Amino acid sequence: MRNLLTAFFLMLALPAFAGPVTSAKLDNGMEVVVIEDHRAPVVVHMVWYRIGAADQARGHSGIAHFLEHLMFQGTKTVAPGDLSKIVAAQGGSDNAFTTQDYTAYFQRVAADRLGLVMQLESDRMHNLNLTQQDVDTELKVILDERTQRTDSDPSALFTEQMGAAQYLNHPYGTPVIGWRSEMEGLTRQDALDFYKANYAPNNAILIVAGDVKPDEVLALAKKYYGPIPPSDAIQPRVRPVEPPQLAARRLTMTDPRVAQPYVVRTYLAPQAKTGDQKQAAALTILAELLGGNASTSLMARSLMFDSHEATYVAAQYDGISLDPTTFGLVVVPAQGVSLGDAEKAMDACLAKFLKDGVDQAEFDRIKAQIRAKQVYDQDNTQGAAHRYGMALASGLTVQDVQDWPKVLADVTPQDVMAAAAQVLDPKQSVTGWLSPEEPK
Amino acid sequence: MIRLLTLLAFLASPALAEIKIQEVTSPGGIKAWLVENHDIAFTALDIRFQGGTSLDLPGKRGATNLMTALIEEGSGDLDAQAFAAARDGLAADFKFSADADGVDVSAKMLTENRDKALGLLQGALTAPRFDTEAVERVRAQVLQVISSNAKDPDTIASTLLAHTAFGDHPYGSDENGTADSVKALTRDDLVTAWKGAMARDRIYVAAAGDITPDQLGKALDQLLGGLPAKGAPQPSDVKLNVPGGVIAQPFPGPQTTILFWQKGLRFDDPDYFAATILNEILGGNGFSSRLMDEVREKRGLTYGIDSSLVIYDHAQALEGSVSVSNDKVAETVKVIRDVWAGLAKGVTQKELDDTKTYLTGSYPLRFDGNARIASILVGMQMLGLPTDYPATRNAKVEAVTLADVNRVAAKLLTPGELSFVMVGDGKAD
Repeated sequence: MRNLLTAFFLMLALPAFAGPVTSAKLDNGMEVVVIEDHRAPVVVHMVWYRIGAADQARGHSGIAHFLEHLMFQGTKTVAPGDLSKIVAAQGGSDNAFTTQDYTAYFQRVAADRLGLVMQLESDRMHNLNLTQQDVDTELKVILDERTQRTDSDPSALFTEQMGAAQYLNHPYGTPVIGWRSEMEGLTRQDALDFYKANYAPNNAILIVAGDVKPDEVLALAKKYYGPIPPSDAIQPRVRPVEPPQLAARRLTMTDPRVAQPYVVRTYLAPQAKTGDQKQAAALTILAELLGGNASTSLMARSLMFDSHEATYVAAQYDGISLDPTTFGLVVVPAQGVSLGDAEKAMDACLAKFLKDGVDQAEFDRIKAQIRAKQVYDQDNTQGAAHRYGMALASGLTVQDVQDWPKVLADVTPQDVMAAAAQVLDPKQSVTGWLSPEEPK
Repeated sequence: MIRLLTLLAFLASPALAEIKIQEVTSPGGIKAWLVENHDIAFTALDIRFQGGTSLDLPGKRGATNLMTALIEEGSGDLDAQAFAAARDGLAADFKFSADADGVDVSAKMLTENRDKALGLLQGALTAPRFDTEAVERVRAQVLQVISSNAKDPDTIASTLLAHTAFGDHPYGSDENGTADSVKALTRDDLVTAWKGAMARDRIYVAAAGDITPDQLGKALDQLLGGLPAKGAPQPSDVKLNVPGGVIAQPFPGPQTTILFWQKGLRFDDPDYFAATILNEILGGNGFSSRLMDEVREKRGLTYGIDSSLVIYDHAQALEGSVSVSNDKVAETVKVIRDVWAGLAKGVTQKELDDTKTYLTGSYPLRFDGNARIASILVGMQMLGLPTDYPATRNAKVEAVTLADVNRVAAKLLTPGELSFVMVGDGKAD
């Protein structure tokens, strides 16, 4: 059995991250990653497609996410909605999600049910069957999802406006769920075209994590996914690129539903690149230094403890992204502090940081937490599966995921300052004020 | 389709997780449950103090909530920043939270510095400082939460439901308190809340991970031995109000939040497992419930709808929630009422069988990680369950018959008394 498998798969064992990790590739181009964790009789099965909202044609915003919903509407042999019912009837759970860079489907079941969920997932990779009636109903559901998650929430609406202002040309400026007017026009044929163009084994990554052995997973993968022919229609993911960003942008949005005004700033920022994650690691630590800890980060100390001008501060950066991403800062001013003063205080904080440099004690604590995270992360196999999936669907490799803890550990204060000097560039920034009425 | 069903028929009930729960009693007499696992060099520790925000004294609503938020804001000779720096330097993780029935402490600590982390946690639990600076800073955060909640239709609806269902009992009001009650809280009020809530007569403890029973026993005495022996008296039981009909509160926006409820039942009720199966069929496991089928799958009225058996320490209910566009409110309410009336007439054998395989299959999947195990073990102790419960629980589900579920459906479900609150611009008729 083992010899036979070796003939079909290039198996590559890698050092432990969250348990042993094995990767392989099927003959039809489908990547396979197996993460072992034998502590509980559970398995997480995920298929990640290298297709996201940022890969949509202009004017069809929302189609990637709409198709994700329609993938639950049945195949030639499984009735609409039955996939979830079959998984639930086995005690499992399933769901799916769409981002700018990928669309992923997952099930969490008892480890001896892996074959069943592979059969179901592989079936809908190439046998989707959509009736007009199911498409019509599901279009109402995604419009309601937009109403519930975005239109009912001024903060979500503001985030859309911020994204649109940040990206002058790149499709990251369009929200994943879509603009309502374009969503309303999405058709069954649009969904089928998008499906045929993008759903194929050579555009997919299989991640299986839990109480499984790699050779068993590979045998099942070969049985269920192996027979699906690769597609020759998969296009390289070359998206419109950003022109030089030369002008700082400012947005002011008012909505009477806003309870808590805040100021937010995003800067265009580089993503982690395969074999070159150093700058992304430095930015990850920069976010921690500026706004990670609610008591000891720089913005917390100066705005919440020293001046009491803010009740909440945060800095955000996630380097896993196919194309350039953002570095974000947010300040919620204290009662009686204007958004203008909050923004001034935030900028004073950044200026002080660029002048004084890294607080070595805080830097050391962040490093200690990064080391500990490698221990704690082993307790969460589903999280590890998620990290591999995100990375592999965003242009990184298994090796990059394995290297990441060391790249983070090797970051120096000088690296952080260099990354800060490059990224905290007003010309590449958007500053937004959200408030219930016009700021004075 | 046929091939799939054949495959399903061959799958037996899944293997049960081998959860070996040890009962540990510390030298000082504190009891805890432990699942030892030395694979990963850390320990997850979960402590729950029964009572929680329902212990707030009259006129002091929000005291327990604010007190709990201040536990990590300085203790002993460490102020808030020094405490945070010490905790992060050890890479320990402490979470403190309060709900209507308890104050929860969830901690993770590395084996390499566990004693130091325990020492720090002990300081937080037994010698919180409640410094003026910290009190005012966190009070301002709580006040912002209260003002945000006042503009959030989901929170407005759940507070409206709570007040309608539970009246003047602490369950009937927002545990954050009101802006006025929070502004009026003094340091003395917080100290009183701390002494009342965090005492040894109401502790439930569990640990999972890289720690032995001896080590855990010693740690418990160190950690909790300094707490007061007796806390504040527990609140009394409260009768659930079910007025029937619809209580509507206008709120601007494209959607209306709809919550609905009726009587529930206690965990120790002999019909609990039949009721659990009934709720799963009604609106439990998401995609395959009657509410989800009728409201989302067939009509596309919403993104999601669910129901749950709510079991507090002092009251019970069967509750559900959904958000829909304002013009779909009347139709949605009618569909929910129809589902309720239909379910009261009984379920099918297939629904029962599918739900049993779901409940028995999903149960062992819960125990996947030290942090989750510690939390589940605390919950089991509070329900008075024995340590062998994980091995016997599925048999209790399997024992439920179609006649049991249908008897409970007729008895428990009261379509005529189903009550609604809704917040938004939609109209129910």
